[in-house]
Amino acid sequence: MTTSIVEAESILAIDLGSVHTRALLFDVVEGQYRFIGSGSAASTTNAPFRDIGEGFHQAVLDLQEKLGRTLVENGVLILPSREDNAGIDKLVVTYTAGPELRIVTAGLLADVSLQSVQRLATTVCGQIAESISLGDHRRPEAQIDAILRAEPNLIILGGGTEQGASRSVFKLAELLMMVCRVLPQERRPHILYAGNQALARRIQDVLSKWTIVHVAPNLRPGIDSEDLSPAQETLASLVTGFRNSQIGGMQSLTSQCSAAPLPVSHAMGRMVKFLSQSYDPTKGVLGIDIGSKGVIVAVGKAGKLSLKVSPYGMGSSANRLAETSLIDEVNRWMAVFTPPETIRDYLWQKTLYPGSIPYTAEALAIEQAMARVILRLGMSQTWSSYPDLGESFEPILASGSILSQAPTAGQALLMLLDGLQPVGVSTVILDKYNLLPALGIAAEVNSLLPVQTLESSAFLNLGTVICPISPARYGAPILRIRLEYEKGNETRMEIQQGSLTSLPLKNGQSARLHLEPLRRTLIDPAGQRGINSFKITGGLCGAVIDARGRPIPLPGDAARRRDILKKWKQTLGN
Amino acid sequence: MQQVPVTHTLALTNIRRARMLPVRGQVHVRQHQKVGAADVIASGNPGNEHLLLDVRRVLNIRTAEQLEDALQCKAGDRVKKDDILAESGGMFRRVVRSPVNGQVIAIIAGQIFIEAQSQSIEVFAGVAGTVIDVIPERGAILETDGALVQGVWGNGKANQGMLLSPAQSPEEAVGRQTLDMSMRGAVVLAGWCEDPETFKIGAELPLRGLILGSMTADLIPAAQSVDYPVIVLDGFGAFPMNNQAYKTLVSNEKRDVCLNASPWDAFTGDRPEVVIPLPADGEPAAEVSEIKTGKIVRVVNMPFLGKIGVVVETPVAPVTLPNGLRALAAIVRLENSELVSIPLANLDVLE
Repeated sequence: MTTSIVEAESILAIDLGSVHTRALLFDVVEGQYRFIGSGSAASTTNAPFRDIGEGFHQAVLDLQEKLGRTLVENGVLILPSREDNAGIDKLVVTYTAGPELRIVTAGLLADVSLQSVQRLATTVCGQIAESISLGDHRRPEAQIDAILRAEPNLIILGGGTEQGASRSVFKLAELLMMVCRVLPQERRPHILYAGNQALARRIQDVLSKWTIVHVAPNLRPGIDSEDLSPAQETLASLVTGFRNSQIGGMQSLTSQCSAAPLPVSHAMGRMVKFLSQSYDPTKGVLGIDIGSKGVIVAVGKAGKLSLKVSPYGMGSSANRLAETSLIDEVNRWMAVFTPPETIRDYLWQKTLYPGSIPYTAEALAIEQAMARVILRLGMSQTWSSYPDLGESFEPILASGSILSQAPTAGQALLMLLDGLQPVGVSTVILDKYNLLPALGIAAEVNSLLPVQTLESSAFLNLGTVICPISPARYGAPILRIRLEYEKGNETRMEIQQGSLTSLPLKNGQSARLHLEPLRRTLIDPAGQRGINSFKITGGLCGAVIDARGRPIPLPGDAARRRDILKKWKQTLGN
Repeated sequence: MQQVPVTHTLALTNIRRARMLPVRGQVHVRQHQKVGAADVIASGNPGNEHLLLDVRRVLNIRTAEQLEDALQCKAGDRVKKDDILAESGGMFRRVVRSPVNGQVIAIIAGQIFIEAQSQSIEVFAGVAGTVIDVIPERGAILETDGALVQGVWGNGKANQGMLLSPAQSPEEAVGRQTLDMSMRGAVVLAGWCEDPETFKIGAELPLRGLILGSMTADLIPAAQSVDYPVIVLDGFGAFPMNNQAYKTLVSNEKRDVCLNASPWDAFTGDRPEVVIPLPADGEPAAEVSEIKTGKIVRVVNMPFLGKIGVVVETPVAPVTLPNGLRALAAIVRLENSELVSIPLANLDVLE
């Protein structure tokens, strides 16, 4: 369907990040929606500005200058657009900016309802500062004091299936009421109740005397069923409410928007969920975004979304990697010798200046090693919350400055392979402009825009990666391959266990890949068995066979390890 | 050019700071009062210790009437340790006593909820100056004129004392050999620190404060463990203090300096700072500036970390950095006259 059927409209999507504010313009070109361009500026959420206005204005001005199209007049965004094509028709906003959101989670059973509450809480960027459940061995007053010390903005309470437990849930609610009673009004946390709905009114009656109570559908309608989606929407609107009151200028920007602003994680999750409906239901669509404050992992499988924000980021939360064990982990991915003390100092310095960028090769190596560890932590925390996700994804959509600003596409792809360690066959796509969340929020006001933009070349295909799993020892042949080009010529190769191989395929070039597994090698554990011949199209890095094993075994000897890391980097074109 | 926040390193300015309790409490100062950095502006009960006494269970109470008869306190009452809160009637009287001094917050379903009086939290002045406004039950606004040097990391403490600089240059480190009895009760200034023993020795003397250009990050726990304020001005590592801060501070050696080592909160703007009250009138400093020709800047990332220089050229287009990244960069003349191209993202305006 072309946009001639519907009214063509331009949409400006603003991403309010903790470090940068980005302005992304979408409009109709030759009957199809396209991503037109992006502008960016430093965010002005923090002191001394404490108002997003300046960052927003500068980002739009940057976009205006790059496009040569008038968007602002007398310092004001032209909304709706004029006949001379100046301005935009609709405005949408996503955000990660704002002070840390502190969340307390409460549920009946630690491994049932509390787990669901935790899963809900970690769909937004924040910190779970305290958790309570029936199994908590602390006395009630100790639990109250623990919640008070946590200084939460929000308490999420779940528990009780429909027609299930009510007395125990109400006891938890009474405990929360006591927390609210001892706090001055301005410091009382909001409460989100997402438990047994039979109790919803009673809980609201009791707690709303003391604080603002939000009610969402039960996270666990039955003991074996979990549905986070409706509560996610309530949580998103609640967090937006917080940001409206905490961040200067947010409310005024919100009032101009065509849809309520969304946390980046939720907007991104929406697109991943949408995409998963049209991909292989046995594998997941993986969206991953490495930000300054945290890493967002969104996996969509047959229309079901698993979303997790882990508090490990490249900027303001970089000091979370400064624990000894994680510094060692960062060091393991360094191809150049760097003392652990230098890495620790760098991480803390980065926390002070999250917007600073690496200038030397050593600083870049540290940041790229950080990214690998953050990706790994993000994935392992996601697997821990959602054990059934598997390790095979198609496609993988990745974003974040460390990836999009990497000096070469090969460096970006290697960071992703080392950090995510996918198995099977995947197409790795770089979302260079962080479009996915913008499309997620834009979908609310224009359902055609995301579909048509996804079909365009706005995303960069880094390449197809084939990551076989084999029990063979290091160096043993595990795969014979034949790459049959469209012109009829072909290349044959033998792949050894432990190797990383770049296939001779140019960007955009198509070929048929024939794979002959050896020594009980599995090409794609999640994919259809027996299909070992398929068409691939080269990306910026061509196509890659990653036979290094899972998890990637790095040599214990530092010199050998650095040599192998350098070799892998060279394989993907430095 | 977009405006950026500045780090103040000023020989004379007018400084206003709010000092507030996070809870309601008592304000100990009045308007126009002169205060020192270590003076308590306000104090209050943090309210973080509570007790639940189950009267029903202890007194074996079955009905609401019995409960009403038994209760000897109501919500809002202040109680002392061993005060009777409830008692049963009958021949063999049983009582429930308050185990703490505190306040009854509520009585819910036969349970008495008490907030124990705990060690009060105090808000220190952090600067020597004059109280220009009192916020009832919360704190006060203080004002002073003097030198102001802002830092990047602090250990959360505040104090004041005479400034001593055993270091003869910003390149000199402080360590166990540098500190001696002559520094007892002083605020010590040094280029950097990489010796964890320094903090322990500083506590034994004791010091009133320590101002460092840089500190290796492994020393953070040691610096947080001492009772005196520790402020890091430039960042983490082992590199000299920026010359502008060093000159400003050393020119005030032997003066009384106030250290407020509160951690840097980028959102609220609270940050560690050194204030040196001076008998002169200063002008309030601008909080934002632009990175433009002539501005003094400090580099916040390697390899020029902590060095200062003057912007001689601002960028028109991104340049390729030595590591292959592309970024907008300014040409900066460092103090040794070297001209270097530094990404704008790695520059901090000092003024």
